[in-house]
This record gives sequence, structure tokens and C-alpha cells, in this order.
Amino acid sequence: MTEPTQKKLTGLDFKTAGPAIALLLLCLVGFLLNPAFLSEGNITNLLTRSAFIGIIAVGATFVITAGGIDLSVGSMAAVIAGVMIIVMNSAVGTFGTGVTTVLIGCGCSIILGLGAGLINGLLTTKGKIEAFIVTLGTMGIFRSQVTYFADGGTLSLNYDIRGVYRPVYYDSFAGLPIPVWVFIVVAICGWLLLNRTAFGRYCTAIGSNESVAKYSAIKVDRVKTLTYVIQGLCVSLATIIYVPRLGSASSSTGVLWELEAIAAVIIGGTVLKGGYGRIGGTIMGALILTTIGNILNFTDMISNYLNGTMQGLIIIIAVWLQRGDWGRKHKDT
Amino acid sequence: MKTFTKISTLAAAAAISLTGLASAETIKIGVSYPTPTHAWAAGMNWHAEQAEKRLEALYPDVDLVLVNSPDPSAQASALEDLVSVHGIDALVVLPFESEPLTDPVLNVKKSGALITVVDRGLSQPGIEDIYVAGNNPELGRVSAVYMKGRLKSGDNIVVLRGIPTLIDNERFDAFMAEIEGSGINVLDHKHANWNRDDGFEVMQDFLSRFPDIDAVWAQDDDIAIGVVAALKQAGRDGDGMFVVGGAGMKETIKGIMDGNELVPVDVLYPPSMIATAMDVTVAAFKSNGPVAGRYILGATLIDQSNAASFYFPDSPF
Repeated sequence: MTEPTQKKLTGLDFKTAGPAIALLLLCLVGFLLNPAFLSEGNITNLLTRSAFIGIIAVGATFVITAGGIDLSVGSMAAVIAGVMIIVMNSAVGTFGTGVTTVLIGCGCSIILGLGAGLINGLLTTKGKIEAFIVTLGTMGIFRSQVTYFADGGTLSLNYDIRGVYRPVYYDSFAGLPIPVWVFIVVAICGWLLLNRTAFGRYCTAIGSNESVAKYSAIKVDRVKTLTYVIQGLCVSLATIIYVPRLGSASSSTGVLWELEAIAAVIIGGTVLKGGYGRIGGTIMGALILTTIGNILNFTDMISNYLNGTMQGLIIIIAVWLQRGDWGRKHKDT
Repeated sequence: MKTFTKISTLAAAAAISLTGLASAETIKIGVSYPTPTHAWAAGMNWHAEQAEKRLEALYPDVDLVLVNSPDPSAQASALEDLVSVHGIDALVVLPFESEPLTDPVLNVKKSGALITVVDRGLSQPGIEDIYVAGNNPELGRVSAVYMKGRLKSGDNIVVLRGIPTLIDNERFDAFMAEIEGSGINVLDHKHANWNRDDGFEVMQDFLSRFPDIDAVWAQDDDIAIGVVAALKQAGRDGDGMFVVGGAGMKETIKGIMDGNELVPVDVLYPPSMIATAMDVTVAAFKSNGPVAGRYILGATLIDQSNAASFYFPDSPF
């Protein structure tokens, strides 16, 4: 209950603004290193690149807020991309190389995403297995599936469909690339769902205390399963905009996306053990992660071998910015 | 019951004839390599299977046993099985990692088998009788020679590297040594991890950062695919811009055959080297010439004139 008074005292809520401040600082550093960082082309690249992890991270926000975790998203994206490509390639014979084939591929992606999410959810709730173990298991299963489908190699989309599908990644609408629009729409829907609906409140309640939520007549199993289904849907949307980029999928597709998505969620201020989630923060988190990689490519001041160190440091500092008690401690005591 | 007896009689007869075959001096050769989890390794698996079919058809008394293993310790167990279960006369091995597999290979050698090591050396010298490998420094050098032939002093290139490893360093150092003194500027080099997505993103950033790039050394065909997508997106794929990859992916080779100007050449680091190793090992039993020694394959520059002989449309790589 100290938070409202806190807001008045400092005039700036570091807990909410932390990720945004970190992002602004990063952009400033990027600009000082190389003014081309703020060129229109680079900003568009950055936003488009963030869309994959960002969309997946919006789903992860629900899972984590409700006290769960999903480690399978990267592998899930890879296997969905793989199956999409196989389905579209084989649909060419019947439906030609037009929009219909692409729509079939997208529909297939959404069905697979929902299905995979449902499996994760049901195994966690009805199967009563810890989410960490369930999704660690499905992570391995999905990853080896795509390796199997690709025969160890790479699945490539038919060149004629690529022409039809390509604009989904490369074209712009009103100055913004289409993946960015998808990201914006997913983010708005996610924000409304988490902050303005009963479902969102249930997620938070379950994450805070599952037993209390159960006694409060919340259908805990159903809500938790739904969070994984939402996660699956987000992964399938991310895959739909990922596939037209290079038109291929292999066992190296989406490697470590799960960790990036979870990192984006936590950098954004959502609590890893559940009970508190912030969609806006998640989006900042996703942007921060992509910006770090981008800035490192813009300078040769830091040895390539230390990229991981820089990323690690910035992630920790970004979280410290909003978790640290600084600015509050002295006034409280 | 009757059928059962019949089957068991048949099985017994088969067993007898099998032992008969084995006693007729079958040459058993074990071939061990990592389970294919990426395209290059999948290509290797395919070429190993092709070589097995071809060699067994050629020599009825040669039996090749192909085993792939998902990790170093599984490969060590697989080597033990090859000795104890199959009683191999020779071993062709592409070790997962040098260090943990040196002892297991040494044990196979102690059983009296001929040892052929492929691609990655063991950490102790003198174990293998035959060594077959690609040439990483040469891959870098050949790429640089091609760059020098196409570019003039003052031109700018960027370099995308693989995963930070010894292989990557050997390729990169040899490339830089050859470029040195030519007047060609290497604007920067970044790791793209032999991965299409990373190749795409690193190249996008290079394009935003450097307004004038004349050519790209991508070192690897997967990276090159990402690079080409980024160049096309930025509309900077014209004006004589070209990308040099490496390995010998079938799609890249096909492009070279069709006269692709953006990726006009490729430098070979072939997954089919496992087939070379199998051939040489069989030759150790069949040829009248000596075969023991070190075989370092050339990093051939593939262009339109010779691309057809490196094109395997059925291989996954």
C-alpha cells in the first residue's frame, strides 16, 4: 500500500518507467557510437526484428503471471515453421501458388500453435506435472521433430509461393512494416486481456496464490491451461511472420528464443514467480534485447567474443533499475 | 505350431549360412559419426549411406556398418560395440570432440583395427593410420584470392564469421593474411554463427552502418542466404555486389550453375569427405598401393565451369 504515496513523493515511478529509461539510455549510447543507429532504416529493422520475440513474450507474460513457465516456445516456433513449409509446398499441387496456399499454411500454423499450447497446458494442469518439466520435455520433442522433418537439413519454401508470401515480412503499411503492425495489435490485445478482463485478474490471482484462487471459485486449471494456449497462439503468429523472411526452417530455427522471451518478460517488470505481469514492460524488454544486439553490431570497440558479457550486463542492469530500492529507501526510513 | 517350427528351422538355416559367410573372410568396417542435427552433417550422413551402397556392391566381401551417435559418450559406447559385437577390421570415425574420443579410438586401435579419422583430429598424435580432412585455412585463402581478383584497391568488404571456434579462426586468419596488402578494406567482421537468421540480422546492421560495401565474405552458405536476403531487402544487391560463401550447399551450387551473379562462386568444404575416407579405408584392404597417410582435401573454388560435378540434388545439403 506504500506505492501510491511513493508515486507522489518521487514524481517518477521507477518500477514502471525502469525498462523505458533503460531503452532510452541504450538508444542514446547507440546514437553516440554511430549516428546511423537512428536512421529510419535501422529503426525499422530493429522494430521488425523485435516483433518475433515481442509477440512470443506477450504470450509468455500470461504464462509467467499465472505462475507457470514455457521453455518450449523456440522449438515450437521451429516445428510450426517446418510443418507450415511442408504443408504449403504440398498444397501447391492442388491449390496453386496463390493466396489460398499461404492462407492454408497460416491456418495450419494457428491450429498447431493452439494444439501445442493445449498439450503443454493440459499436461501441467490435468497431468499435474511441473510446467518446467513438461515444457522441457516438449522443447526436446519439438526440436527433434523439426530435425526429423528436415531430414537433418533445411526445409525450404517453394520459390513461387515465396513471391506471394514475401510481402508479409518485407512490405510496409503506413510507414511501418507489417510484422510491426502485428506486434502492435498483439500487444494491445494482450494489454486489454491482462488489465481489463476477469481472465487477466484470474491470472494474477493464481500467480499470487493458487490455493486462495481455488477457494475463491476461480477455475484454476482452466485459466492456467488457457495461458499456455495463448502462448501457443502467439508463437504461431510469430511464426507466420517469420517464415516469409528467409522461407526456410531447420533445427537451428528459434534456438534460445524461449530464454529471450522469458528475459524480455522479466526485464519488463513481470515477476518470475508469478502474481504480477506487465505487457507494456514486456514490449520494452523485447526492444531492449534486440537493441543490444543491434548496437553491438554497430561498433567494433568491443571484442566479438564479449558480446554475451555485454548482453548479460545490460539485462542485469535493466532489471536492477526497476527492482532496486534506490530512491525509495531513504524516504521510507 | 507347425509354422513356428518351420520358421525356427529357417532361422537356424539362415544363422548357419550367415556364419558361413562371416567365416569367408568378410572385411568389416565400422563407420561412426555424430547424429546429423544440422544440414552439413545431414549431407555427410547421406554421402556415407551412398558410399556404403556403392562399396558393398563393388566388393561383396566388404561389410560397412554405419552408426551415428547423439553425443560424445554415446559415440564412445558405439565404438566399443563396433569392436565387441561386430569385430571390425577397420574404423572410420568422425569424432564428436577430439578430447573425449581419443581414448576410445585408441582402444579400438589396440584391438588391431585400422583407424581412419575424418575432419577433426584426435588429441594424441599417431593413433590414426589414415587422416582425411577439409582444409580450413585454405578455404579462407581461396576466398580471399577470389576477392582480390574481383576487387581493386580501395574497395570495401565486410566479413561474417561462424561460431567462435578454432575452425572459424583458421578460416578468418588465413583470409585476412591473404587480403593484407591488397588495399581492400575489411570494414568490420562479426560472428553470424553459421546461421541464416544471424546472417540476415548482422548484414542488415552492416548495411545501415556502412553506406559503401562492394562485396561480402560470408564464409558459409547458410550465412550467405541470410546476407542475400538482407541485400535484396535494402535494394543493394546490384552494382556488381557479390557474396562468397563456403561449404558446397546444393542450392548454392545450383545457383552457380544457373549463373547467379550475386553468389557467383562457392568454396568447397564438402560433407562428402566421409565418402572419401570410406573409399581410402576400403582401398587399404583392396588396393595394391599403399594408402596410409594424411589426405587434406583441397578447398576447390566452385564456379560455373565445374559446378556440375559438385551438385548432388538428392542430398539434403
